[in-house]
Amino acid sequence: MDIGFVLAQSITQALGVTAIIYCLAAIGLNIQFGYTGLLNFGQVAFVTVGAYSIGVVVVTMGLSLWLAIPIALLASVILALILGIPTLRLRADYLAIVTIAASELLRLVVRSIALRDIFGGVNGINGKIGEQFHALNPLPAEFVTPYLTFSRQDAWVVLVGWVIIAIISFGVWLLVRSPWGRVVRGIREDEYAVVSLGKNVFVYKMQALILGGMVGAMGGIIWAIAKQSVQPDTFVPDVTFFTYTILLLGGAARIFGPIVGAILFWFLLAGVGEFLSQAIQAGWIDFLKPTDVGPIRFILVGIGLMSLMIFRPQGIFGDKRELALDGR
Amino acid sequence: MLQRRRTIVGAFLLLFIGLFGLAGTAPAMAEGSAIVGVITDPSGNPVPDVLIGVAAEGFTETGTTGPDGAFRIEIPKGGSYEVSIDVTTLPEGISLAKAEDESRTLLVLGGEKKIIIKLVDGEGTESAGPIDPETGEASVSATGGTGQQVIQLFFDGILFGILIALGALGLNLIFGTTGLTNFSHGELLTLGAFTAIVLNELGVHIIIAAPIAVIFSALIYGGGQNKLLWKPLRRRRTGLIASMIVTIGLAITLRYTLLLFFGGSPRSYQQYAGMTGISIGPFSTTPKALILAAIAVVVLAVTVFWLQNSRIGKATRAVSDNPALASTTGINVERVISVVWILGAGLAAFAGIYLGLTQDVTWNMGQRLLLVMFAAITLGGLGTIWGAIVGSLVVGVFIQMTTLFIPTEMKTVGALFLMIVILMVRPQGLLGRRERVG
Amino acid sequence: MAVDTKSALGPRGQASQAALAHVPNIPGSAKPDPILDVHSVKRSFGGLTAVDVEQVQVQRGAITALIGPNGAGKTTFFNLLTGFDAPDTGEWTFNGQQVAGTAPYKLARRGMVRTFQLTKALSRLTVMDNMLLGAKGQTGEHIYAAFFPFLWSKQERANRERAMELLSRFNLAEKSADFAGSLSGGQRKLLEMARALMSDPELIMLDEPMAGVNPALTQSLLHHIKDIREEGTTVLFVEHDMDMVHDIGDWVIVMAMGQIIAEGPPGAVMKDQNVIDAYLGTHHDKELTESGKSLTVDSDPEGTHS
Repeated sequence: MDIGFVLAQSITQALGVTAIIYCLAAIGLNIQFGYTGLLNFGQVAFVTVGAYSIGVVVVTMGLSLWLAIPIALLASVILALILGIPTLRLRADYLAIVTIAASELLRLVVRSIALRDIFGGVNGINGKIGEQFHALNPLPAEFVTPYLTFSRQDAWVVLVGWVIIAIISFGVWLLVRSPWGRVVRGIREDEYAVVSLGKNVFVYKMQALILGGMVGAMGGIIWAIAKQSVQPDTFVPDVTFFTYTILLLGGAARIFGPIVGAILFWFLLAGVGEFLSQAIQAGWIDFLKPTDVGPIRFILVGIGLMSLMIFRPQGIFGDKRELALDGR
Repeated sequence: MLQRRRTIVGAFLLLFIGLFGLAGTAPAMAEGSAIVGVITDPSGNPVPDVLIGVAAEGFTETGTTGPDGAFRIEIPKGGSYEVSIDVTTLPEGISLAKAEDESRTLLVLGGEKKIIIKLVDGEGTESAGPIDPETGEASVSATGGTGQQVIQLFFDGILFGILIALGALGLNLIFGTTGLTNFSHGELLTLGAFTAIVLNELGVHIIIAAPIAVIFSALIYGGGQNKLLWKPLRRRRTGLIASMIVTIGLAITLRYTLLLFFGGSPRSYQQYAGMTGISIGPFSTTPKALILAAIAVVVLAVTVFWLQNSRIGKATRAVSDNPALASTTGINVERVISVVWILGAGLAAFAGIYLGLTQDVTWNMGQRLLLVMFAAITLGGLGTIWGAIVGSLVVGVFIQMTTLFIPTEMKTVGALFLMIVILMVRPQGLLGRRERVG
Repeated sequence: MAVDTKSALGPRGQASQAALAHVPNIPGSAKPDPILDVHSVKRSFGGLTAVDVEQVQVQRGAITALIGPNGAGKTTFFNLLTGFDAPDTGEWTFNGQQVAGTAPYKLARRGMVRTFQLTKALSRLTVMDNMLLGAKGQTGEHIYAAFFPFLWSKQERANRERAMELLSRFNLAEKSADFAGSLSGGQRKLLEMARALMSDPELIMLDEPMAGVNPALTQSLLHHIKDIREEGTTVLFVEHDMDMVHDIGDWVIVMAMGQIIAEGPPGAVMKDQNVIDAYLGTHHDKELTESGKSLTVDSDPEGTHS
């Protein structure tokens, strides 16, 4: 087994496109769930909307990518409004059920045969979705990522991706330390108390849902550009649950929570996967088949999510003091 | 205490490893309407590369069987389809058991329509009907008038609603008594179905295996889960939102553990797999679907009667109304919760076996029904007994009936959409109550 | 628990009591200067009528106590008046304006601020943040302005100063940087009251401010309530313990079985036979009728009764 290779693969994954996509989804979820306490179980819907908007505008409609991005963000705002209006006045568990239902509903719609001409059915949308972005790649043609295994194209996405994450995180930091942030954190603790102080809680929740949704959609936009392919059956509820795991791993209601969480999550997941694959190939583990690695990774995520929530709801690096006060 | 908590997860895993030891592989399932089937030769070996065509007005699609003999052809919506098999692609010396199978007309009501294609060495005359996966109903009638179709869909919807109710009642009781929105309830169905199939594959007839599996599921997956996981968490005062996320982690863990050990290919119980359809008045169905529905109705009726009349049943409703109050009036809340978990898991296991008998047993079968169950209880009213049952029937009928207007692949979309609309109009559900604040 | 605080009666207290002196002691009697005027408010849960109030007025500038045995419908009545629950029928005015059907946050902005029976201190916010949430008209609470601290930092500083003053008054100044969740039950009550005062309400509605507070702190709470009145804020508070209101209430309204059964100054009300009957008569089934009341320490798994 090549430990160096396993490590390089893991780090590549930890900083790679997927980690960036999930990091953005988690930043969005952090605004909604971490700060505002909205139990959005359909974050994948926003990623779907982001990715499909790009795919439809660029490939189906043949328009510019630079037009597609604002359209994708606008679409995520519309989705947030559709989800929020009926549910944000209701109890938290209703929002959870409705959002997860909506995310599945959306997936069933985009994969449907009836709308195949627009969304491409089960095959999704494939083609030169991110061409206009990749054309701007300043990296030299012979570029090779030192140590890590990024392609030249991925390296460009990764660079831009992390810059976007930095900018968005700065914005979130400004927001949550403002009086606006105070109101939403108050809503997380007890919305009736905040109502009794004269705040229009519905509006704040809606703003948080929209904002978090837009950041999630940004993840979808990067997905479409980086992978040049959008497929319906990748946008399953498990994406949302991975996002929760990431957020809880890094620590909810923390600026760096989603970033730390995404890096750690993908490092561990890739590391375990790569390690197991190599161990199976090398014959060290003979009771498993290479195809078992996939389910095992999911099982670990499931156990990880449960354990985090039970033993360290404040995240790996969280503050114990807040945990002690957690009444929820 | 701490040590015990740490072993929770391990205990569950061990339980599986100890109980089951079978494996297999197949690609993950996909949803939507499709005509599916497996072609095997008379000795049971898969027959690959058989060309199958599906045609309807303005729609043609072809598919071939894979190395496992399975084929899957997606169709846009319910309706009448002509399925033909290119007999020239069959291996030499093998032919269709029924010559009519070369080209047959199917009425697809929704979901996956499984067709059974029997092959023989030479000629044969055995009859076989396609099985509807939602209801286990075999549509022997070709095309019916719209009026008859409506009646048939309504009937299918009721049957489907009864199935949903089995799962939804437990889900709603657990929600009512503990406040827990259990996203791993679907896995209780799956576990029940798999426990039965393990026994079944060990040679136990399904009629015996099913009750054993139900009792085992009730006690171990329900009672055991409550005792090992939820009771300690309640004692730790883990909040509801945290608990909800724990159920998601549990669901993921269970589902992929099943996938790891049993693989992704669908399984069927060894008895009553293919069944000839019968017609009763305007409905067509299979005997097993009717018998299962009848048992389910009896089970639901007994459960509801018990909940409304027995001491512990009344206590259950008192706890649902107000747990804190109930505990001050001398009700043992923990005992009630334990009973509810056992009951809920038992009902869910029955639902899983029901689903497995009428469709097939897959690692994600429960998950696929989870949102429908949630739609049902949200619709009927979170936490109420009748809400779960009424909501389930409404959702079941709605899902089937909407296939008259929208493609069957999107019928779940209709149900989920209905749920959202109901929430806007009547957030407490059809039978729920408004709540007090402050 | 009777405490002699008459000596501390300030000028506004004296004025209120004088103004109410000639009001007849009958349910629904008209007040000289009502800030709140309620007509035919009805609310039933299932088949049970929780609140059925024909008419009641609350005098401006006075401390009015709303008392009654458990299950009398006091909290439900509070919820209705503040817009947290919707009545089946009924209307009421606040400062002469019809406010039935108004969203609760709008009522709060108009100056009708309430607290809750089970304190709603925002646990994972600091005491200071809790206070700042109470302030009205904050520029930085608008999402766009939030990104630009220079737009709101000055206002924030002013609010902080005011919050600090109030906290000192309520002996919470030292705790300003602590999480509200770390406060004791009594301190949370104080914090909630102080937070409500941050918005300069005209009418402050306190739902059982003394519940679960130790006797020593009860004293200071009573003083604070009087101070609030002396600053010109009308106080309406719910209490189930008759003795508690004796010394601070300028006027007492008694509810039982959802209805107003008596009104008057504390001394007169306590001698009222209806009131005595109501307290004795409904005492036995109190726990069955008002959930949450005697259960304040227990968990509430559905989170619906808090």
